Amino acid sequence: MKPLEIYVHVPFCVSKCRYCDFLSFSDPSGIDDYFNALLKEISCFANQMSGRYEVTSVFFGGGTPSFVSEKWIARVMETIFALFTVAKEAEHTIEMNPGTVNRQKLRAYLDSGINRMSFGLQSVHGRELKALGRIHRFSEFVENYREARELGASNVSVDLMCGLPGQSLASWQQTLGTVADLAPEHLSVYSLIIEEGTPFYEQYAPDEQRRARGETPRWLPTEETEREMIDWTGRFLRERGYAQYEISNYSRPGYVCRHNEGYWLRKDYIGFGLGASSLLSDVRMRNTVSLSQYCSRIECGESACEQQQRLTEKEVMEEVMFLGLRRCAGVSFRQFRAQTGREMRQVYEPVLSKLSGQGLLNVTDEGVSLTARGFDLANFCMAQFLLE
Amino acid sequence: MAETDQSRIRNFCIIAHIDHGKSTLADRIIEQTGLLTSREMQAQVLDNMDLERERGITIKAQTVRTVYRAKDGQEYIFNLIDTPGHVDFNYEVSRSLAACDGAILVVDAAQGIEAQTLANVYLALDHDLDVLPVINKVDLPSADPDRVAKEIEDVIGIEAESAPRISAKTGLNVGEVLEQIVEKIPAPTGDPLAPLQALIFDSVYDAYKGVIVFCRLMEGTVQRGTPIRMMATGATAEVVEVGYFGAGQLIPCEKLSAGMVGYLTASIKNVQDARVGDTVTNRDHPCEQPLPGYKKVNSMVYCGLYPADGAKYPDLRDALEKLQLNDAALQYEPETSMALGFGFRCGFLGLLHLEVIQERLEREYNLDLVTTAPGVIYKVYKTNGECVELTNPSNLPDPSEIDYMEEPVVSAEIMVTSEFIGAIMDLCQERRGVYVSMEYIEETRALLKYELPLNEIIYDFFDALKSRSRGYASFDYEMKGYQRSELVKLDILINREEVDALSFIVHADSAYERGRKMCEKLKAEIPRHLFEIPIQAAIGSKVIARETVKAMRKDVLAKCYGGDISRKRKLLEKQKEGKKRMRQIGNVEIPQKAFMSVLKLDDD
Repeated sequence: MKPLEIYVHVPFCVSKCRYCDFLSFSDPSGIDDYFNALLKEISCFANQMSGRYEVTSVFFGGGTPSFVSEKWIARVMETIFALFTVAKEAEHTIEMNPGTVNRQKLRAYLDSGINRMSFGLQSVHGRELKALGRIHRFSEFVENYREARELGASNVSVDLMCGLPGQSLASWQQTLGTVADLAPEHLSVYSLIIEEGTPFYEQYAPDEQRRARGETPRWLPTEETEREMIDWTGRFLRERGYAQYEISNYSRPGYVCRHNEGYWLRKDYIGFGLGASSLLSDVRMRNTVSLSQYCSRIECGESACEQQQRLTEKEVMEEVMFLGLRRCAGVSFRQFRAQTGREMRQVYEPVLSKLSGQGLLNVTDEGVSLTARGFDLANFCMAQFLLE
Repeated sequence: MAETDQSRIRNFCIIAHIDHGKSTLADRIIEQTGLLTSREMQAQVLDNMDLERERGITIKAQTVRTVYRAKDGQEYIFNLIDTPGHVDFNYEVSRSLAACDGAILVVDAAQGIEAQTLANVYLALDHDLDVLPVINKVDLPSADPDRVAKEIEDVIGIEAESAPRISAKTGLNVGEVLEQIVEKIPAPTGDPLAPLQALIFDSVYDAYKGVIVFCRLMEGTVQRGTPIRMMATGATAEVVEVGYFGAGQLIPCEKLSAGMVGYLTASIKNVQDARVGDTVTNRDHPCEQPLPGYKKVNSMVYCGLYPADGAKYPDLRDALEKLQLNDAALQYEPETSMALGFGFRCGFLGLLHLEVIQERLEREYNLDLVTTAPGVIYKVYKTNGECVELTNPSNLPDPSEIDYMEEPVVSAEIMVTSEFIGAIMDLCQERRGVYVSMEYIEETRALLKYELPLNEIIYDFFDALKSRSRGYASFDYEMKGYQRSELVKLDILINREEVDALSFIVHADSAYERGRKMCEKLKAEIPRHLFEIPIQAAIGSKVIARETVKAMRKDVLAKCYGGDISRKRKLLEKQKEGKKRMRQIGNVEIPQKAFMSVLKLDDD
């Protein structure tokens, strides 16, 4: 049986954060219909395909999965356990936002088989949280975190953001230091991305463009400050016993997020729910992003899939590179050969020597990986791997 | 088809300032008349027209023949010959006018006479055309037709009391225009039995028929089989087809005779053989004299055209060859640039002509082009007595070999309302203009005359003129000649490497300013690289301006949720696509539009 990862999208939130461009709604009235459809989607897929796969991970993402009743989460887990073969050591993650979680929910998650909890904290400072449009305070997170630990959660991750408007290096150091003191097993650190179509875009896009031209931004941290935030993050977390294993992820030994690693290694995954993406045997698919269409299609027994694309040999090679290079381990020649049937050094020789000559890429006998400067310029590097 | 009585033909054009309503009036005239006489209706030439449509022949100038049933009960044939409306095509305008017997002058009832109106009216009067004034846009709230009628009489000196006051937009009083065309524009004259004498006023190339020659028959008759000769170029051929212009189609007919306007084809392979202004005659029974006014047009503005993708060089060459079939004024010869590789130095009538060609190459031939800064032809007098005509700044001889240089100057006429006279005079001053005269054509408007170096007006003069007069100034010019001038070559160095395609010739006094602006502009255009890039402007070895593009520090977007990688791919593809539109100079990638940036050194 082939390994399979399952992603479950929960597109509901208390309210939309000001920087967020993910698919989510703050109207809770559709939750029950949505989960009924979701369960049906899972069953339909399982009826046809479950015999071929062994599930190695389940990941509830959002939105805010902890916003909906814990009963729905438990029902989804039950359904998966009932219809699929699930590996014994499988990793099951739920994303949670402080302010939507309580002891009862946490217990129900653990009871349902979830064994990894990921908190979207972003910052310890009330001022920064407010500016981001987050609904919680730091103290609520600390309470949820303690409760989770008391209930026996042994693999906890915390999401943080740097590069926020008005954020200083000292304020970032305080956020990361405070969280590290709580000793979660895993940390995700993202630089703020100003996404089109968000309130942040209206507010900060011109400032960001100013910074991109090399001028001094008015609200966003300068390039120098932002780079220092990231550099300092690496140094500090290393001292605290965390290793960086991906462009924005750090973990204690043995606690990498295997589900996300699957994306970068291009393992098969199926996404259930609104707008969810899948990759099955080099075919990429995506579900409709219309909530009403999603529910009605599933209701009629149809697929919710709206885009489907069989990747060409060229696209597979490109993906192996630009996804794999997110990992600190990079891409091995063996992996490239296994996934594409081609030799990386033949396909990409000019790119490899150019980037390594520029100090952006390490090339060893085993494979290639980005250097620290390469990570700073990751997009620039990855774009080189797109073929004609 | 029956013989057409000359007295029932009216050959005319419409002249107007931009936006005064020329094309709208033309549309109304076509709309309110018919395409065929009632007799021709029965003959039905529709099959032929379909065939033409399939072949995709489009008629370049909006020349069209329509039929008007006048109040006197007679049917008149109107040949409406459209004229290109831009000063770049002055010569073509003059040839179109020569094909007419009269002209309708359209003047905006609110704005009155503009510089271009005057230039065109004088051109029409020079050709002895009867000018029929029409006051348009009388439906506008700001319309003052009485004032405009008086202005026409005072300034141009033609009777305007009875000028139809119309709204081409709503169709108001257009009928009156049609009647006046019959009454006031003279019928053509000429003897159908005399030796053939026809004026070429336009031509297009068609892949099936060869060159289609648009002509006005002055004397004689031409039909299928007539052996013809072009009197200026000497080219000979045998006529295959003659006909006239339907709305968008060519309609073949049996023959064309004196007074008529139509087309002929004769398997002519190249428009160079049938140049605008030339006279067509019968090879075996030639007329005594060609029609007056023929001249070979010369390019005034030059620039380098390069394919964005070097491999497309042969495609560009083919495209230019094809365009030249249709456009005798387009000139080109191969050249090589260190920065841009293989391309062509192309000559144009003016900046508009350049833009038209550039756009056609990009649209019709699907070519991605890099265009270098347009320049004029300088005369370089060397110390050894030799004179070189310089079209490419890179070819400037070593300064030690140069005695002196000359640049082309134009006589410019600018019409402007009195409140902006100061601003416009300042502008002309900044552009090294020499004041000639100023006269008030009415209380609040003046006609300014200046002599201006051509290279000062080919860039953004027109835009500057409009912005400094809130759109009210209008402008026209003609070549005057050459004058000695203090000119220098400004070089641009990017990452310490001279980029030949960015060099340009400039007057010594404006070199510093232009160099500084150029560096600023390039700084904004060139993306950040992994390293710092100095941008310098230099005259010889002396650097006069400098900017720096800082090194790139960060280019990372790490998010990738729920395994949706399509956005990541799009982002990377966009980044890569951007790269394709870059030119590699040394180890710096320069966006193609940077090569045009010298054009946009706006005076702000």
